[in-house]
Amino acid sequence: MGITARDLFLIAPELALTVGATVVVLSGLVSRQRQLTLVLALLGLAVTFAFAIALWDNVHANGAQSAFNDSLIVDKFALYIKFLVAGTAALVLIASSEYAERFRPYGSEFTGLVLFSAAGLMLLAAAADLITIYVSLELATLPVVALAAFVRTRIAPIEAGVKYLLLSAVSSAFLLYGFAFLYGASGTMQVVGGSSGAPTIAQALGEGSPDVPFGGLAIMAGAILATAGFGFKLSMVPFQMWTPDVYEGAPTPVGAFLATASKAAAFAVVLRLFYEALGGSSADWSTLFAALAAITMTIGNLVAIVQSNVKRLLGYSAIAHAGYLLIGVAAVTAHGQETQDAAGISSVLFYLAGYAAMTLAAFFAVIVLTQRSGDERIEAMAGMGKRAPLAALALAVALLGLTGIPPTVGFMGKLFLFNAAVNSGLVWLAVVGAVNSVVSAYYYVGIIRTMYLREPAGDASPVAAAFSGRLTLWITVAAILVLGFWPGGLLEVARTAASGLVS
Amino acid sequence: MLERLLIISAILFCIGLYGVLSRRHMIAVLMSVELMFNAVNVALVAFSRYTVPAVNRLSGSHVGMERFVLEGQTLAVFVIVVAAAEVALGLALIIALARRRDTVHISDLNTLRR
Repeated sequence: MGITARDLFLIAPELALTVGATVVVLSGLVSRQRQLTLVLALLGLAVTFAFAIALWDNVHANGAQSAFNDSLIVDKFALYIKFLVAGTAALVLIASSEYAERFRPYGSEFTGLVLFSAAGLMLLAAAADLITIYVSLELATLPVVALAAFVRTRIAPIEAGVKYLLLSAVSSAFLLYGFAFLYGASGTMQVVGGSSGAPTIAQALGEGSPDVPFGGLAIMAGAILATAGFGFKLSMVPFQMWTPDVYEGAPTPVGAFLATASKAAAFAVVLRLFYEALGGSSADWSTLFAALAAITMTIGNLVAIVQSNVKRLLGYSAIAHAGYLLIGVAAVTAHGQETQDAAGISSVLFYLAGYAAMTLAAFFAVIVLTQRSGDERIEAMAGMGKRAPLAALALAVALLGLTGIPPTVGFMGKLFLFNAAVNSGLVWLAVVGAVNSVVSAYYYVGIIRTMYLREPAGDASPVAAAFSGRLTLWITVAAILVLGFWPGGLLEVARTAASGLVS
Repeated sequence: MLERLLIISAILFCIGLYGVLSRRHMIAVLMSVELMFNAVNVALVAFSRYTVPAVNRLSGSHVGMERFVLEGQTLAVFVIVVAAAEVALGLALIIALARRRDTVHISDLNTLRR
């Protein structure tokens, strides 16, 4: 027992991020310069990255390691998500440095909350027992509630914050009720085994359930309640109601963070729980997830068609993409396909990274396009092809990527996901996914047409973008195209990360 | 005994869920959520008290494994703490809302709709 230096090294990325966030918040007492806040935050993220790379080498050499009496597991799967979360947080903070003007004088608190939430998401990816999963999930969620309601002078952000808080609290209750049943049926909270050799949920269930009332039903109820709880985080139908409201009402950078980092970590923990803890149980999770995937993407895409606000549309697009990602989860949990597991997991990991690049590009472009007018209607995007060439181009590339048109990363990612589904015998699901992609082209291309082919209604003057905004747009667009042309490198990394979970 | 406690827990959970769905006043909704959390706590503590931990059932040696024995009660403690944090945020939002809108009814929150 007790904390050793090894434990501290294994959570060094999260520690560095937490220290960085604290320094950022405290720096606000001394100076209210937003450049200082940004530099401190990026420094913290750079240290986080350095530690994560050191851990990757360490794990590569010595295999997965558990820390803090087996409550955390540091494997390549967790580290992959940590890289993704830290990278997303860095891009969101750079892109919002101009936007953060309207948070004055609380810019440093805004930055600090983003970093705290990122630390929670990184812990979530590495959580090895149900207690840690719950605590890090709340550590990631609660700062986002405050971030969503950050602009208290308007009613929309407060409404977004209230909705996010209440629905996340109810979903946490469902999640916990599910955890209680999983614990009751197995007698342990351990999801992944560690160095102490304490039995995991999978081992305890394999040994035959103890005499719990309701027996196997308890496991079933636990897993379904936990899925409902996580479904909120993933914006999975029927728990998606909050998504468009929060994306529309919250400050745009918060929407970008929620849509990418938060979703990546939530998918990571669902994969871990259903693969490691419940993978051996006899229930057919694959059919459940396949049905949820089909409903989620269909509803997301159909409702997105009638949207008139671009942030709200991105909210429905996020729901649809949660559906595509659930295809991968369904493929992973499919039965009798043990050899395919690594491919399914790696396709989800690859798509999470590609989806993050595309969604960030779209949100960053919206930040630039709405910076001056504050008008988020799709009609207000008319003529932006001439007024803001770079942002319009970035939005166009991002939307083509989200549709799944080559040579973007969206095409490659969908190809791998559908391929994993077909290999797991879910051909019908791949077909539903492909049909949905065609439907989604209607509203994505509609925005591009409005930007390039329609004349601006009133003000036709150029919309200037700050250097920070242009930088993040270039980075994300480059990522979309480079990963689309040469997906091999990232796919290899995703495979290595996935094999860390499988072995 | 375990069955009775689980039935109480399920009833409490359903009352809480009903409150969340039917109440308009935001403080009442927060109280209902609290009820749901406490229903979970009852279930966790009941399981922890009346089932044999997997460690005792499956592993030969118990040295250094004390942490795996009372996990249900441990999670219940964490739930209490996190629920308090959630309520703190909720009350802050209620104050912000009351200052802006002069209402604390969630049914009046309808600006974000098409």
